[in-house]
Amino acid sequence: MLRYTLSRLLGAIPTLLILIALAFFMIRVAPGGPFDSERALPPEIEANLRAAYHLDEPLIQQFGRYLGGLLRGDFGPSFQYKDFTVTELIGTGFPVSLRLGGSAILLALLIGVTAGTIAALRQNTRTDYSVMAVSMTGISIPNFVMAPLLILLFAVTLGWLPAGGWGGGAWNHMLLPVVALALPQIAYISRLTRGSMIEVLRSNFVRTARAQGLPERTIILRYALKPALLPVVSYLGPAAAAVITGSVVIEQIFGVPGLGRYFVQGALNRDYTLVMGVVVFYGVLIILFNLLVDLLYALLDPKVKY
Amino acid sequence: MSAQLRRSTAFAAIILSASLVAACGSGEGPASRAAVEIGGESGTELAERQVLRRGNGAEPQSLDPHKSEGVPESNLQRDLYEGLVSSGPGGEVMPGVAESWEISEDGTVYTFQLRDNARWSNGDPVTAEDFEYSLRRSVDPATLSNYGIMLRPILNAAEVIAGELPPEELGVRAVDSRTLEITLGNYTPYFLGVLSHSAAFPVHRPTVETYGDRWARPGRLVSNGAFQLQDWVVQSHIQLVRNPYYWDTDNVRLEEVWYYPIENQSTELQRYRANELDMTSDLPYRQLRWIRENLADELVISDYLGVYYYGLNVTREPFRNNRALRQALNLAINRERLTSQVTGAGEVPAYGYVPAVAGGYVQQTPEWAAWTQAEREAEARRLFEEAGYSVDQPLRLQILYNTHENHRTIAVAISSMWNEVLGIQTELVNEEWKVYLETRRSKQTTQVFRAGWIGDYNDAFTFAELMHSASAMNDSGWDHPPYDELLARAAAERDPGRRVEYLQAAERELLQEVPLIPIYFYVTKRVVKPWVGGYQPHIQDYIYSRDLYILKH
Amino acid sequence: MAGRTPGMGLPSADGTLAVEVKGRSLWVDAWNVLRRNRAAMLSACLIVFMAVLVVVGPWLSPYTYAQTDWDNISIGPDWASRHIFGTDALGRDLFVRTLHGGRISLMIGIVATLVSLLIGISYGATAGYLGGRVDHVMMRIVDILYAMPFMFFVILLMVFFGRNIILIFVAIGAINWLDMARIVRGQTLSLKRKEFVEAAEAQGVSTFNIIRRHIVPNLLGVVAVYVTLTIPQVILVESFLSFLGLGVQEPMTSWGALVNEGAQEMETAPWMLIFPALFLATTLFCFNFVGDGLRDALDPKDR
Repeated sequence: MLRYTLSRLLGAIPTLLILIALAFFMIRVAPGGPFDSERALPPEIEANLRAAYHLDEPLIQQFGRYLGGLLRGDFGPSFQYKDFTVTELIGTGFPVSLRLGGSAILLALLIGVTAGTIAALRQNTRTDYSVMAVSMTGISIPNFVMAPLLILLFAVTLGWLPAGGWGGGAWNHMLLPVVALALPQIAYISRLTRGSMIEVLRSNFVRTARAQGLPERTIILRYALKPALLPVVSYLGPAAAAVITGSVVIEQIFGVPGLGRYFVQGALNRDYTLVMGVVVFYGVLIILFNLLVDLLYALLDPKVKY
Repeated sequence: MSAQLRRSTAFAAIILSASLVAACGSGEGPASRAAVEIGGESGTELAERQVLRRGNGAEPQSLDPHKSEGVPESNLQRDLYEGLVSSGPGGEVMPGVAESWEISEDGTVYTFQLRDNARWSNGDPVTAEDFEYSLRRSVDPATLSNYGIMLRPILNAAEVIAGELPPEELGVRAVDSRTLEITLGNYTPYFLGVLSHSAAFPVHRPTVETYGDRWARPGRLVSNGAFQLQDWVVQSHIQLVRNPYYWDTDNVRLEEVWYYPIENQSTELQRYRANELDMTSDLPYRQLRWIRENLADELVISDYLGVYYYGLNVTREPFRNNRALRQALNLAINRERLTSQVTGAGEVPAYGYVPAVAGGYVQQTPEWAAWTQAEREAEARRLFEEAGYSVDQPLRLQILYNTHENHRTIAVAISSMWNEVLGIQTELVNEEWKVYLETRRSKQTTQVFRAGWIGDYNDAFTFAELMHSASAMNDSGWDHPPYDELLARAAAERDPGRRVEYLQAAERELLQEVPLIPIYFYVTKRVVKPWVGGYQPHIQDYIYSRDLYILKH
Repeated sequence: MAGRTPGMGLPSADGTLAVEVKGRSLWVDAWNVLRRNRAAMLSACLIVFMAVLVVVGPWLSPYTYAQTDWDNISIGPDWASRHIFGTDALGRDLFVRTLHGGRISLMIGIVATLVSLLIGISYGATAGYLGGRVDHVMMRIVDILYAMPFMFFVILLMVFFGRNIILIFVAIGAINWLDMARIVRGQTLSLKRKEFVEAAEAQGVSTFNIIRRHIVPNLLGVVAVYVTLTIPQVILVESFLSFLGLGVQEPMTSWGALVNEGAQEMETAPWMLIFPALFLATTLFCFNFVGDGLRDALDPKDR
């Protein structure tokens, strides 16, 4: 297993390199530059700025410089937030997104798996339809509608929870954004669980267990749940990586200082280093999480061996 | 129109400043001061906790006053730093670190007398050498300042910015530690106003030299304003606390100011409604109606030194050499309807280009401003035909605007008006900010483009220079020698009255030729909690936290 | 013309089923299972109804989607002025705009899904069938693209193609094919070992023809499920872009754009949110239910 892990990690290096190159050249081809602003800069200042950030060098040389920085763990300075380096911005944004996203994923798992299992057990009954209908709201109503609705109800009208801000991560600040973030995930997870649970419940070993007269509860929890979770696990790999790197909608609406906004703002501001930083960071996370999923598979599915 | 919506805060402010003088001389702590009654009536006592929470739009780019250009940054920097002068509500110049100044007879040499009690937040005195260093730093190309050009009136500033002269050649000299002499290249009547801009703020040399690019952070940043930096969590908040060394700190009531970067205006309003903010930076247009119905007493609308306009690209068809068409489009816009039914925050319909609030300027309006809309539209149709268009030969136009709710709404409304009056088919082209800027500048494909300008300083020239043929921001591509000539005369003129006349003549020229279509003059709009005292609207929206205080509530 | 596409495209999900029923026992079985799933059947009917409505509906109103009624700005549902859903902040009729937005949203969903389908199937089937080194390289490319944040891609595409909505959604489809490629590859790998493929190979049928004649038709079940689940996803992506202000050009609109505008006025003018949100949510619901029903029905283990 260790050998497998190591070889996967080694194999990820070229993947990552190509990813970095792709993102680097893509953002550079986009029209407009980091220093464009309404007030046109005097050409001399613009030239100075470009020189200071090495934007005057040939693109390939800049790419080399960027890779060199990455090797030293240096993502470079942010063009937009001039008092900070990209490493610092990711360093302050990621813990917030991780905490928020991690909680949302846990919540979604809990609710999604339960709902999916219940729906599968009562397939094509009214229970099935209504459980799925409720869990499907998360992907039927855009979160930029859901989030302000939650704020309007729980913060502005009822005054139970704060309307926004991070408050250092206090639970009451986290509750609404976590719920808003978890809703779509609940929909996906419950659907996946339902589908695979239906399949597992029809499988021979469950039939055998039933024939042996084991209580339904035991059958579900001890035998059926584990294999039924396999598709959920493979979904969760990339999904978790995406959720813990933040969501721009949730962060904007709840005023959460996470990482998600940089994917959008960085690209819109042509903050080359910042957007590259989050893209690389995200890529690394995805690769790691996919590896983690495959390792988890080995634990859950006895047929898979490395 | 906007006057009736303006909250009368001046009265409270006068009472406060009078009683402050009486109450604060003894150096009592903030706790004991809280008991002091401000006015005769009840309900005007100060609150125990003097903490103000301000919504502040986007996350600031930097707290280094020489490295930032946006509104959120400058709001913070006005609290953190103090320039030689500061700015009153009408844009008038007020003493800052300089307690007095003398101007030479030819208007080119300014001698500032600095306060002897002006201090940095670490206790160091603020000296003339600090200003000498800072102003040089601001124009030094190595600083990478994008607003150093604000200091262009100073002798040799343009050459220093261009890297042709070393920063030491800038016309700024510390005569002694309390006397600063600034020499200008030319007579510039608005120069003092420039000095209240961030680009002219002082920075603490030892701090900057110790920490280089990373000095503007909590624990490092040393400033000379009424407040100092306490905490900064990116995208979450910036906390300022009172600077005990500030020369006028006895008259500063607030102990803490929290700035929250909230880009989404609906979010900002909701946090305000949930009592998490005491004042917002702006308001969502879409919710003005709700605010008028529910928060009418807290709504503050005031004039803002800015104009919203549509530029016409006169270097290409159909606008090249076609004044009749440009004027037809101009006349066909129903500004009253637009400002009352579409924007509706109390914006002032613009017939001229320079806002009425610009200091010492008489607003210019074309003759047709007095006509009824029906007359304007009739004339628009006549001109449209004169320009060679008709129902059989309809005009197709593109309006370019950058991604923003408000720009979108206005573009839809105007295209609809042009369609109704002239039968024009418009295509709306929405581009993301950076792409929009590039498209606009290239002048290749643009026809009509949305634009706006907020004055950098309180003088008509900040608007007028934009349309000079050599201006890098003249995206209409308008090249009109008589206009340039009038601006040159104004720049060379020593007599303030005649200077303004040249500028006014230039504007009349512009309104006659229609290289752009003024639409409305901006207003600032925000909600302010009733317990925030001392709030006074400002034409450049300079709301200094040092003037504000929290009433008991 | 633009508005007609969703009308033609939509029943095809159904139509395919109806046509295929005759030929294959697989589809007959599936149809029987699906028919018993009342939620899915109801959803399918609703989708058809919605498609017809967005195509025909706008003609029933005296207003057009871009027309400003200056005397009726931001009014609620009102029979007298025939603004049955009310008007928006610019006095435009919301009934017409909601239906017009529906055309765009559905069209976007279908175009993008078809593009991703086309790329995904050909790519996945090729990789799966050829196997070996080709498969390895092809799947590595998919891995790389997977590691790229979707939003970053989409925003850059918006920046490049800002003026052309169709182009953008072709581009979104071009990104969205990754899942499809993976699923199809997996299916192909298992199909490849089936007897009929081996028989065809033995007869010397060309690789291209085997993929086209034998592999692809057998993938249709998976594909049908995928299509019904991707359409709502793409519609949501579009609404997200509208939230960022990067959606369709005015005066055109989409459900996403309408809902985003409405969300800003949910207290003062709830009708601006409720009507488009109702249409959007119903459609997404229905597609998801049909997709789930199809999956249940086409699941090979189910029979």
